[in-house]
Amino acid sequence: MDTTTRHTVSRETIVQAIKQITFFWTLVMLLLVGLVVAIVTAVAVGSISIPLGTVVRIIIEQLRPGIVTPTWTPTEAQIVWDFRLPRALLGVIVGAALAVSGTTLQAMVRNPLADPYIFGVSSGASVGAVAVLTLGTAFVGGLSLSLAAFVGALIAMAVVYLMAQQQGRTTPMRLVLAGVALNYVLSAVTSYLVLRASGPNQGVTAVLTWLAGSLGSAEWSNLGLPGLVVFTVTCVLMLQARALNALLAGEETATGLGIDVERFRIRLFILTSLLVGVVVAISGAIGFVGLMIPHIVRMIVGADHRRVLPIAALLGSIYLVLVDLIARTIIAPQELPVGMVTAIFGGPFFLWLLRHRMGSTR
Amino acid sequence: MQLTTQAIDVDIVGQRIVEGVSLHVESGELVGLIGPNGSGKSTLLRTVYRLLRPVAGYVRVGEDDVWKMSARESAQRTGVVVQEAPSDFEFTVREIVEMGRTPHKGRFTNDTREDMAIVEQALQRVRMNSFADRQYQTLSGGEKQRVLVARALAQQPKVLVLDEPTNHLDIHYQLEILDLVRALGLTTLVTLHDLNLAAAYCQRLYLLKQGSIVADGSPETVLTPTLIREVFNVDAVVGQHPITGSLQLSFVGLDMVTSGN
Repeated sequence: MDTTTRHTVSRETIVQAIKQITFFWTLVMLLLVGLVVAIVTAVAVGSISIPLGTVVRIIIEQLRPGIVTPTWTPTEAQIVWDFRLPRALLGVIVGAALAVSGTTLQAMVRNPLADPYIFGVSSGASVGAVAVLTLGTAFVGGLSLSLAAFVGALIAMAVVYLMAQQQGRTTPMRLVLAGVALNYVLSAVTSYLVLRASGPNQGVTAVLTWLAGSLGSAEWSNLGLPGLVVFTVTCVLMLQARALNALLAGEETATGLGIDVERFRIRLFILTSLLVGVVVAISGAIGFVGLMIPHIVRMIVGADHRRVLPIAALLGSIYLVLVDLIARTIIAPQELPVGMVTAIFGGPFFLWLLRHRMGSTR
Repeated sequence: MQLTTQAIDVDIVGQRIVEGVSLHVESGELVGLIGPNGSGKSTLLRTVYRLLRPVAGYVRVGEDDVWKMSARESAQRTGVVVQEAPSDFEFTVREIVEMGRTPHKGRFTNDTREDMAIVEQALQRVRMNSFADRQYQTLSGGEKQRVLVARALAQQPKVLVLDEPTNHLDIHYQLEILDLVRALGLTTLVTLHDLNLAAAYCQRLYLLKQGSIVADGSPETVLTPTLIREVFNVDAVVGQHPITGSLQLSFVGLDMVTSGN
């Protein structure tokens, strides 16, 4: 049918398509440059400031020894390579993971208020971590803090999934409700553990810091696994972008477009839980990034996940690296938990954006 | 391509909603599904686009059982227009129509020039190409419905299934949508509430009552005062459209019947 008009595309459509592609790739390039700048800045600034040039040369020396002549002190090299760079890279990993999982979950449950912690993953992780901090690692069978947190996250995720199932089917509504209910239960458990431990020297400050989220535990040795998981899962999710679009349009629509909605949801549930679990385990539950970044990205590039996911990953990374920079310098020599700062800056900004946006569409 | 259902039963939460329904739509035929609220029209349609699996019987599109195909294979044959609350997220009209290409695209493939052409053609078909870059949310009800038809067309379906496509539309858009659907000439199964529209546009009708078919055939054989009385509990007078000559029903108010006689 209509073979004569099959391949004709109007000039307007092509111009529009080219414009869109150009805009997208320009944005990707700008954000990549922005990310590098953010990382280098975050490494340079701190209680001891190190010139940008020196930072870059220390990094080059570490990667390819012998190209540049060392003009820096061993302390500077240590600060850059052992402390600040891993921390900035953890910011990249966590920021990307939160933004990507937030985007995905908002599409999955078709709710703009969904965030990465909606299914109780973070409260499960909190119980695990707080148990280690207040009761000692022996209590949880000698697991390290982040491993205990990860196990807690996985258990929470499994419980939510089992509770939400009914005759082999799950609905987003039941998943959300099960997640919310479990959140309350686990928060109560966490509070109890904290109260029980509120004697002196029992790590209450450590607990509060962990609960608010922090990138302070970054080391080269604990970046590898989360980095790999976040990169892989993000790529897998990007390959599902079309199906995510369809799901965002509605369950019936997605089914009509050939998506096996039930199976797709389970896959998304597992992928995002993994993504969130692995970062919550090392950084605690950093709030707001996963809720806010997806919305900001949609305002810039629209709702199509083929564009939203990569941009969200980049913007989430940049945002968290910069916010962490603020968190550890604003009341130096003390440090604020980064989760606190994301909320303090993010909340008002988000409200402003919301009003601004409502004004523009009406 | 034909659409056939054979003796299908559908249960929802243990309750039988559709029972023993056999129907068929010939290639290129426009067939209407009518019946009161809760008679199982939408449920029946859902078995065709694989949202609900019948507990007995089968649904065939062409020669194949849709429940033995993958969701994707089924969506390559059957385009669907459903009534679904739009999400709070903002897609452009073009993005909505591009979704129609989903069943034809692999995970690693980008939209080609051919996809762009198919999308553009679909938009032209419903006369919405000048709206391509508008936000879907900003459109009127009738425009939205046309865009959803365009999305189904971008699926390049052989069979079209529409659930209440005229709902919430003013009379102009109701006629426009149905004119469009008829002009497409695809094998089409549509549920309609408005019996006069069903009579004017559909070649054949199936009348459902409590999940079962009580009558089928041309509008003249299905829309008789006796059947309408039995199924809808309303009195109707059959007349003729003054211009097109198609069957036209006039309904008698409920209190007029009880108090008048």
